[in-house]
Amino acid sequence: MPALNFSEVLKDKVIAVQDYSLLAGRSLTNIFGQPRYYADTLLQADLIGVGSLPIVVLIGFFTGAVLALQTASTLQQFGSLSLTGKLVALSMVRELGPVLTGILVAGRNSSGMASELGSMKVTEQIDAMRAMGVDPTRKLVTPRVVATVTMLFFLSIISDLLGLSGGFMISYFLLGLDANQYWTTAYQALRFGDVFMGLSKPVVFGFIISSVGCYYGMSARGGTQGVGRATTQAVVSASVLIVVIDFFLTKLLMQMF
Amino acid sequence: MASPAAPIETPGPAKTSPSARLLTFDHVSIAFENPVLDGVSFQLARGETKVLLGESGTGKTLILKLALGLVKPDAGRITVLEQEISSMREQDMYDLRRDIGMVFQESALFDSLTVEENVAYRLIEETGTITDEIHARVIEALEFVELGHTYNLFPAELSGGMRRRVAIARAIITQPQLLLYDSPTGGLDPVTSNTIIELVVKQRDVYKTGSLLVTHRLQDAFTMASHYFDRKLNKMVPVEPGSQRDVHTRFVILRDHKIIFEGTATELLRCNDPYTREYLS
Repeated sequence: MPALNFSEVLKDKVIAVQDYSLLAGRSLTNIFGQPRYYADTLLQADLIGVGSLPIVVLIGFFTGAVLALQTASTLQQFGSLSLTGKLVALSMVRELGPVLTGILVAGRNSSGMASELGSMKVTEQIDAMRAMGVDPTRKLVTPRVVATVTMLFFLSIISDLLGLSGGFMISYFLLGLDANQYWTTAYQALRFGDVFMGLSKPVVFGFIISSVGCYYGMSARGGTQGVGRATTQAVVSASVLIVVIDFFLTKLLMQMF
Repeated sequence: MASPAAPIETPGPAKTSPSARLLTFDHVSIAFENPVLDGVSFQLARGETKVLLGESGTGKTLILKLALGLVKPDAGRITVLEQEISSMREQDMYDLRRDIGMVFQESALFDSLTVEENVAYRLIEETGTITDEIHARVIEALEFVELGHTYNLFPAELSGGMRRRVAIARAIITQPQLLLYDSPTGGLDPVTSNTIIELVVKQRDVYKTGSLLVTHRLQDAFTMASHYFDRKLNKMVPVEPGSQRDVHTRFVILRDHKIIFEGTATELLRCNDPYTREYLS
């Protein structure tokens, strides 16, 4: 195996960032031009949104439940058990709902996009599409980006709601909190900035998941092994990017509100 | 096909006027890690077929991809259907590509679509759905490759030769001005290969479509140069010895990044270049 040349590796990374940026940019500008593939977008929305619903419901519910369980013991020490609803609401809406849903959808759909588009790439189907005068970014990437951004927005809301319900079940049945108290503290804790943060993050995460998945798929090479590699890289990159960008986005939004 | 063109007996258009040129490569060079093509120049006239020959890795498939604008050259000019594409943006290429048909080496059919959806792909792009008219055109294109009964099957349910024929139907359904065939007989048995070559000859002689054909099988190349499609008999027949019939087929041999031979089958057989002699033997 030849020795890795540092400048070559660096050049490859810069080219990869450039290619990703171009693909991501075009996936957005395509929204404003013709043709638009509504049927493909709806199909992807069904696959991503409806397909991810069971795991989002399960994970959202149990995350809220375990959050209430874990924090209750600490809150009890300070005599603030009544604040459980507030804590679960803020944690789920601001952070856990969007991030956990994003990582789940990244694991499920970023890999799916990378493997599907990667298989098309290595079997020359993408080239065939280009050869027939069809823009693959318009036909394949933009519908996935639009569908993921839209669906992740709603999935995060569902996750937040289920998380609050999970927290309520623990608070009501195990901690003996009053239902009205739980929901009132949860509701009153949320301000515009919290809700804005909770709803803006899925939009950014949805774009990351879909654009990263499509980028690795569209740049796959090296047969089935290459498709496997692209799939793994897509999930890892999307998940890491979600966590890292979440930090900077949180910092920015906290300064804004 | 909407309306069959004039039969083979009609002389082809003049090859010298600029408007008669479908494709021009002018000192085209391209390198990846190593040079692949270096100053390659040739022209393809309307109604003419050029058979690209050469060892593996000499850039035959790359020439097809360059002609289609899928890859951009490092140097030189490529003109397709009177448009200079060497520096054309990808977005601007899509309209031009609708006038070019390409048959990929491994067919490149969309595996999640039926044969009908594959063949009608370009037409569905324009209408959004399979109308009765599109269905009729698909059946007509499939009948041309003698696969009319397969329209509701998926590519995985077809044999390799059938997939190649569906790829040809997909390429010709819009009656493009230029056809590019990338090893259409590669990996197929001799009988199926002959069927594919007969379809290529039929397209050449019945519809007068200009084409570039890459092949490793010399037998296919010489069959194309020595046969024509007889519309009355509806089959490919050999050109009679001594006949002046022009089958509009020329050979191009690539070696060491350059074209080392360009001419007819007769000129190729008379060529005294040692490498060419060895290649033919």
